Amino acid sequence: MRIFSKKTLALILASSMAVTLCSCAGNKAKSDNTDSLITIGIPQDLDDGLDPHTAEGAGTREVLFNIFEGLVKPDSNGDLKCAVASDYNINEDGTVYTFTLRDNVKFHDGSTVTVEDVKASLEKCMGNGDEPLVASFGEVLKVETPDDKTVEVYLKEPDTDFLANMTVAILPKDHLDASTELIGTGPYKFVSRSPQENIILESFDDYWGEKANIKKVVLKVVADADTIVMNLEGGSVDLMARLSTSQASQLSDKFEVCEGTMNLVQALYLNNAVEPFNKKEVRQALCYATDIKEIMDFVSDGKGTETGSSMFPAFGKYYMEELNDTYNTDLDKAKELLSEAGYPDGFEFSITVPGNYKQHVDTAQVIKEQYKKIGVNVNINLVEWDTWLNDVYMGREFEATVIGVDASQLTASSMLQRFVSDSGKNFINYNNPEYDETYQKAAASVKDDEKTEYYKQCERILSEDAANVYIQDLPNLVAVNKKFGGYEFYPLYVMDFSKLYIK
Amino acid sequence: MKYVLKKLLSCIITLFIVSFLVFAAFALIPGDPALSKLGTNATQAALDAMRHKMGLDRPFLVRYFTWLFDAVRGNFGNSYSYSMPVASLILDKIPITLTLMVYSMILMVVISVPAGVYASYKEDTPVDRVIQIANQIVMAIPPFFSGILITLFFGIVLKLFTPGGFVSLNANPLKFLGFMFFPALAVALPKSAMVFNLLYTSLNGEKKKDYVRTAYSRGNRSKTVFFSHMLKNASIPTITFLGMAFADMIAGSIIIEQVFGIPGLGRILLTSIQNRDYPVVTGIIMLIAVTVIISNMIVDIIYKIVDPRVDA
Amino acid sequence: MRSKKRDFNFILGICLLAITLIPAFVGLFWTPYDPEKMDYSMKLAGISIRHIYGCDNFGRDVFSRIMSGSGITLLIAVGTVLFGSILGTVIGCFTGYYGGLIDECLMRINDVALAFPSLLLALVIVSLMGTGKYQVMLALGLAFIPSYARIVRGEYLRIKNLDYVKAAKLAGASDMRIMFVHILPNTKTVLFSSVLIGFNNAILAEAGLSFLGIGVQPPDASLGRMLSEAQAYMFTNPSYVLFTGCTIVMLILGFSLLSKAKRWQ
Repeated sequence: MRIFSKKTLALILASSMAVTLCSCAGNKAKSDNTDSLITIGIPQDLDDGLDPHTAEGAGTREVLFNIFEGLVKPDSNGDLKCAVASDYNINEDGTVYTFTLRDNVKFHDGSTVTVEDVKASLEKCMGNGDEPLVASFGEVLKVETPDDKTVEVYLKEPDTDFLANMTVAILPKDHLDASTELIGTGPYKFVSRSPQENIILESFDDYWGEKANIKKVVLKVVADADTIVMNLEGGSVDLMARLSTSQASQLSDKFEVCEGTMNLVQALYLNNAVEPFNKKEVRQALCYATDIKEIMDFVSDGKGTETGSSMFPAFGKYYMEELNDTYNTDLDKAKELLSEAGYPDGFEFSITVPGNYKQHVDTAQVIKEQYKKIGVNVNINLVEWDTWLNDVYMGREFEATVIGVDASQLTASSMLQRFVSDSGKNFINYNNPEYDETYQKAAASVKDDEKTEYYKQCERILSEDAANVYIQDLPNLVAVNKKFGGYEFYPLYVMDFSKLYIK
Repeated sequence: MKYVLKKLLSCIITLFIVSFLVFAAFALIPGDPALSKLGTNATQAALDAMRHKMGLDRPFLVRYFTWLFDAVRGNFGNSYSYSMPVASLILDKIPITLTLMVYSMILMVVISVPAGVYASYKEDTPVDRVIQIANQIVMAIPPFFSGILITLFFGIVLKLFTPGGFVSLNANPLKFLGFMFFPALAVALPKSAMVFNLLYTSLNGEKKKDYVRTAYSRGNRSKTVFFSHMLKNASIPTITFLGMAFADMIAGSIIIEQVFGIPGLGRILLTSIQNRDYPVVTGIIMLIAVTVIISNMIVDIIYKIVDPRVDA
Repeated sequence: MRSKKRDFNFILGICLLAITLIPAFVGLFWTPYDPEKMDYSMKLAGISIRHIYGCDNFGRDVFSRIMSGSGITLLIAVGTVLFGSILGTVIGCFTGYYGGLIDECLMRINDVALAFPSLLLALVIVSLMGTGKYQVMLALGLAFIPSYARIVRGEYLRIKNLDYVKAAKLAGASDMRIMFVHILPNTKTVLFSSVLIGFNNAILAEAGLSFLGIGVQPPDASLGRMLSEAQAYMFTNPSYVLFTGCTIVMLILGFSLLSKAKRWQ
């Protein structure tokens, strides 16, 4: 689950996806790279440790992406490309993955990557007991190195999608604890950090691939959203992602603002187990009372992409635009449904929102005003992120919440599995036997088009049953100083510093 | 001497209570640091393992005394979020916040003392009244609003500094000091108004005292009386106030660090509260408490030395 | 000369408070616009005849919001000062009057509390109890207790040895009666000015907490909360930040001028 920052879970890439490419990505001109410098603003410090295997914060992964690499790594299209490995092969039933090590890949400390390093890194992820360090590595049976160029990964069960997990960082075997010393193989190497102030990276001269264009990257912590504009305009930050529209609109023409999407589904998530949201009519009434256009206008000046179910547009294959029209704003219909459900005079409920996410707080405020029109009274209950995690997500003690839910892996199941009635992640307590059955069929089927059709059916059920009041996929605005170019959007939560260049 | 010992003892007791309350408060706070560290997809086993690793599964008193004994020896444990010792994290940030405070102290004295002396010297003249009004207004401006105004005026209009453009001490000491002038001004302004008031009132009080009247009645209206005698006497309460203000400035600097984007102790404290990074929070709060308690003690002792009649 | 100055403080104080308090009181019953009514077409609109202070990022009328926001700010200030001063006074009464062990214990706790700047104390309390206007009141109120306790205790220490108290004791008055009927009224001058100052401190502290994002939460709008929201739009609509900030300044200035004037009497 990602809520576009902080303690959110990182994305693990699984399938290729359509991506919005920004005009900023253009032809690069190799610039003199000896003392070039770019300062990139990050909204929070990397405060969940720096070990690439255990770091959970999406914001942390975003930075570590440039320092560490796995055997394979995703590109900006979401395709997996070879990195530390030069070639790979998957056997037919998907139980053995064979990797050929790339020649002369260097670690930041100058040593060459060996198969022992790879084996040690992968075994670290498997954990040294019953609990794997990286959850998906529970599937791994063993790692073998038949010669000094080859690594074989054996799985317990067939899994043709396991390659995505091979993006885990390869570390030197004697520096496996990376929490203090960061030695990877990526285009940038770690130089120093000062908590809540900055992190300094420098391009790695012996990088195996295309070397980074800019010598020094300073990641400046800009924790206070109010100072972002001043930081940018004052010249102390050159690039900042995930701006609000009002911030972006305050920027002068020194900056280019690139627009992508955040790849999540923002919705008013309703606890389906509590009164009155256990009644379908009530949920539908709220859907009819919601004016999504108005929310977008207020929250992000009309930007944003409507979502009608738990799937965001970047999932081209599964996203169903037609579901956006299941409910169009219709106050009379909403009132009618409320009367049917036995609430002719409306009712009162509270929306619990984590206060650090301005977009969600703003959305909740607009919703409050909208629901007044059908006699539904909303209380907004702002909580801290940790309280939200504890009470709403884990404890499921809430009535409604505005949040953005993203995919932990870029597969349809990571968006839809959550609503199966006995899923551990089903924080809205959604319970619909028909949905459970359809989801099971989707999971069980091996044919791709059949699988896709079942997943789409799941989305349809969520939409028609009004499991939640679906709103939008939020816009992701990135401000780049016009002195620089080369910013690319990834379909996952990373920034690729190595592609940036000075114009 | 006995007085000093007594003060010292009560200080230690106070510190002990403070440490217990602070530790207890953050141990009983709702929210699970292991959960917020691992995120929502964590399994129960992983959570338990993390709690064990963080030492959260031990009884409260055991945790407290372990922490206390380590703390006395300067070890405040490891930060959950930065995987580094809390002590070195704090030490790293002390120069920034200390600079801000010392800077503010200097500015405070530079602004308030001349103003106070001059206004008192010119008592009941239009100049005095203008200074008084200015002082009242300054006192009424919330510190962060003055921070915003300073940012707007010096940063955006006059472009004397880059708002948010903090430069670290090591990178460029000169630029660092140049940048810190503005936040220090924001911290110093409201406090200067208080110092001004105090100085002004005590100077005017001195004027009514016999020795001044005697001097005046003898026709000695020279500046000597005013500056050498009155100022000296009036400065005693002012100096003790400065001692207390120093401690109070820590709170002011938390807000001002936020306005100006300075990565000092205040910023670390706020983010650590949000991240439930208890070792850091308790460490910083203890540091502040120690500073305040010790500076209060020193103020009390100075008071006693200056005026042995004081019963504190 | 003196009296002229007193009038000046008093008159100016009353004027400033009238400018800020009258809209706040009117705001309890009527505002020109619904302070929560959003209007996209007026988003961040500047000053106009219809919206004399302009509009905020939701197109809400800033003047109406200031009217109702002042109300919340004042509510918090009153709540905080009442809570802090009543409890502080009671503690101060007992410790000052009886002295001895209770005094020693309570004053030790008082010292502990005073070891924290009140903002920091409130910060800790709010992070323990969550955010919201009642929590802020409670947190600030608790943080204010020690200073009141100290002031009242000092007064009691001074007064309890005065002749009239001794006389009352000899006449057989109970301790409670002496404490609350005989001594308490004589602390009123000191209490009155510290309550006025406390009012200012409460307004300042609330604004500080809200600015740090841990005070009053939307859609409730206190002046501090509005100011911190306005800061994000200070380039697009500076009138929002300036009007809100100036309202706080006028409010505080009004109270402090008033306390100045009273003190001279």
